[in-house]
Amino acid sequence: MTPSGPKSLSVGQPSRTLQKSGEKVIKWLLIASSLVAVLTTVGIVGSLLFESIHFFKEVPLTDFLFGLKWSPQTAMRVDQVGSSGAFGAVPLFTGTLLISAIAMVVAVPIGLFAAIYLAEYAHGSVRNWIKPLLEILAGIPTVVYGFFAALVLAPWLRGAGDAAGFEVSSESALAAGLVMGIMITPLISSLSDDAINAVPQAMRDGSFGVGATKSETIRNVVLPAALPGIMGGILLAASRAIGETMIVVMAAGLAANLTANPFEAVTTVTVQIVTLLTGDQEFDSAKTLSAFALGLVLFLITLVLNVLALNIVKKYREQYE
Amino acid sequence: MNNQSTNSERIQAGLKKRYRAEKRFQYYGITAIAIAIAFLLVMFAAIGIRGVGAFQQTHIALTVTLDEAHVQDNDWQGIVKDGMRNAFPEVTSRRDKKLLYMVMSSGAGFDLQTLVKETPSLVGQTKTVWLPSSDDIDMLMKGSIDRTVAADDRRVSDKEIAWVDQFIAKDAIELHFNKRFFTGGDSREPELAGILGAIMGSFYSLMVCFILSFPLGIMSAMYLEEFAAKNKWTDLVEVNINNLAAVPSIVYGLLGMALFLNMFILPRSAPLVGGMVLALMTLPTIIIAARAALRAVPPSIREAALGIGASPVQTVLHHVMPLALPGMLTGTILGMARALGETAPLLMIGMVAFIVDVPTGIMDPATALPVQIFLWADSPERAFSERTSAAIIVLLVFLITMNISATLLRKMFERRW
Repeated sequence: MTPSGPKSLSVGQPSRTLQKSGEKVIKWLLIASSLVAVLTTVGIVGSLLFESIHFFKEVPLTDFLFGLKWSPQTAMRVDQVGSSGAFGAVPLFTGTLLISAIAMVVAVPIGLFAAIYLAEYAHGSVRNWIKPLLEILAGIPTVVYGFFAALVLAPWLRGAGDAAGFEVSSESALAAGLVMGIMITPLISSLSDDAINAVPQAMRDGSFGVGATKSETIRNVVLPAALPGIMGGILLAASRAIGETMIVVMAAGLAANLTANPFEAVTTVTVQIVTLLTGDQEFDSAKTLSAFALGLVLFLITLVLNVLALNIVKKYREQYE
Repeated sequence: MNNQSTNSERIQAGLKKRYRAEKRFQYYGITAIAIAIAFLLVMFAAIGIRGVGAFQQTHIALTVTLDEAHVQDNDWQGIVKDGMRNAFPEVTSRRDKKLLYMVMSSGAGFDLQTLVKETPSLVGQTKTVWLPSSDDIDMLMKGSIDRTVAADDRRVSDKEIAWVDQFIAKDAIELHFNKRFFTGGDSREPELAGILGAIMGSFYSLMVCFILSFPLGIMSAMYLEEFAAKNKWTDLVEVNINNLAAVPSIVYGLLGMALFLNMFILPRSAPLVGGMVLALMTLPTIIIAARAALRAVPPSIREAALGIGASPVQTVLHHVMPLALPGMLTGTILGMARALGETAPLLMIGMVAFIVDVPTGIMDPATALPVQIFLWADSPERAFSERTSAAIIVLLVFLITMNISATLLRKMFERRW
């Protein structure tokens, strides 16, 4: 027994407890910061619900969801004619769907075929060049796409329409949809690429063994096996298209037309949110509150798509691991 | 036997078709990639061609007399007008004089003001100075306004063109580097508009965003990856974070408006609020990247640290964190790059106002670079369209720099365990 033994232990003791309480503080700090993400969701749902409930006190929910006329200008005077404010959101929903549908028609084939080529055909060096280029497309700010759609593509389409003899609106759904399609292409291609790469090589080898060509193998074996992952990617892309704001604010119109003609101008949920809330306005008018109701619908729809997509992707990933 | 030969014949006959299908399938893939890359190139080319002109601005060498009377009255534009009248003594009618003044930028006087401020001894002297022209003359010099178009259909009259031609004959009109574009705030006059105000607004917003989201992000990631027990609660947090990463950015704008502006009564248009909204938006991205970085650190590091007596907190802070930090930083830079390009939530919290002054802090009203692009894209003047493209080029340069530095960081610290 050396005398220094117990002594050093007694010196170490208090610092040890100090350290322990310090570590507790750190742990609680970490827990608190991970709560911020949860609180953000609570804040989003809370603020959207709170303002929407105010809105639905003035405008019945059914009028909002099924009404066919959208003109949110409320009357300045009581006796004013024709601006009582109509909050039927159906034209906005159809407009959003039309533009998103055009975007998906562009993005799904391009994204999927690009992913197939990169995963199955391209040499390593080609892949190393092409993939970053596609990632650049994903990294370009949406305001740049919007600028391109509104000031470059829309005039071209208009000119082409004039040359071909039919009228294309300068704020056509087509211009916004085409550019949006290119914007979400990298999302589909990278998630499809992951899904295709996750298909075990043995399945391909089996197919080659019975004499199938490469494209037959891809079509009949690889794609069906990768389908859930691809679907997940497509759903995520659809959610992105529905929630996209800047492209449609700049390239699509404000007129709430109920139409399925891609050459006409339509408006979307996000465009209306931006127009209703930018500039000065009193906060509790039905016009302003309607933006939050639209926001709530947007949030719920994208949430459902995201949960579905993430679940499919996750389940699928576990399948081959 | 007979049956077999027909079978192989049938296969032989079909083979050509199948190989053609194979080729076709490959071409579909190549075409898809070609379309995507062609779009990228066309977009960059369209923006580049439009925007590159804005880095230069037409200047006119004008002989002006910095007489004391005007200097005393602070009427700098008056000096410019006098100079124009002296250069074209034949112009006498009121209307023509007005047109003549419009050849020069309405901000040309400011240049004289700064000149005199720098060298006060110039007062009373006559001097030839290069001063900016108006945006229409600028467009004419750059060829964006076509001289051959009928006079009624173009923004520059025949008289103005004649004056410009006189300057050209004297070699007194030149394209100079557009310094103002990089040093000025917004303006209603395209030739005076600059992006410094927007850049500073973006800078302050990103600073707030980084200060909030980086520590919060890595701390949540540390908790979730290293300390949290695997239970329903942490599952919920994880699902929640993954979903937040996919929520449309405009919804964050609505949150910022309802929460920060209306409940906390924070100032509208301030980079502080913009940064807070961007921080909430980037947080999930940073958490996901930071968790991936922590997961990439092999368990043997933790086991070794715990084995020699480190506490769990010490293990994480002293041993795991330093190894995961480069990965976390890479993810954070990419998140910041996304935040820099984000426009929609900033529109919601009022960072969309017309602001001339360059902001000097996080409470000053400001816009951001992408919002400035959005505002200019709406302006009808041809010269603003040029400046919009130039601002996009600047924004893309910032984004590319951030992305390259993130890639380099990853390459430099990448480890294979």
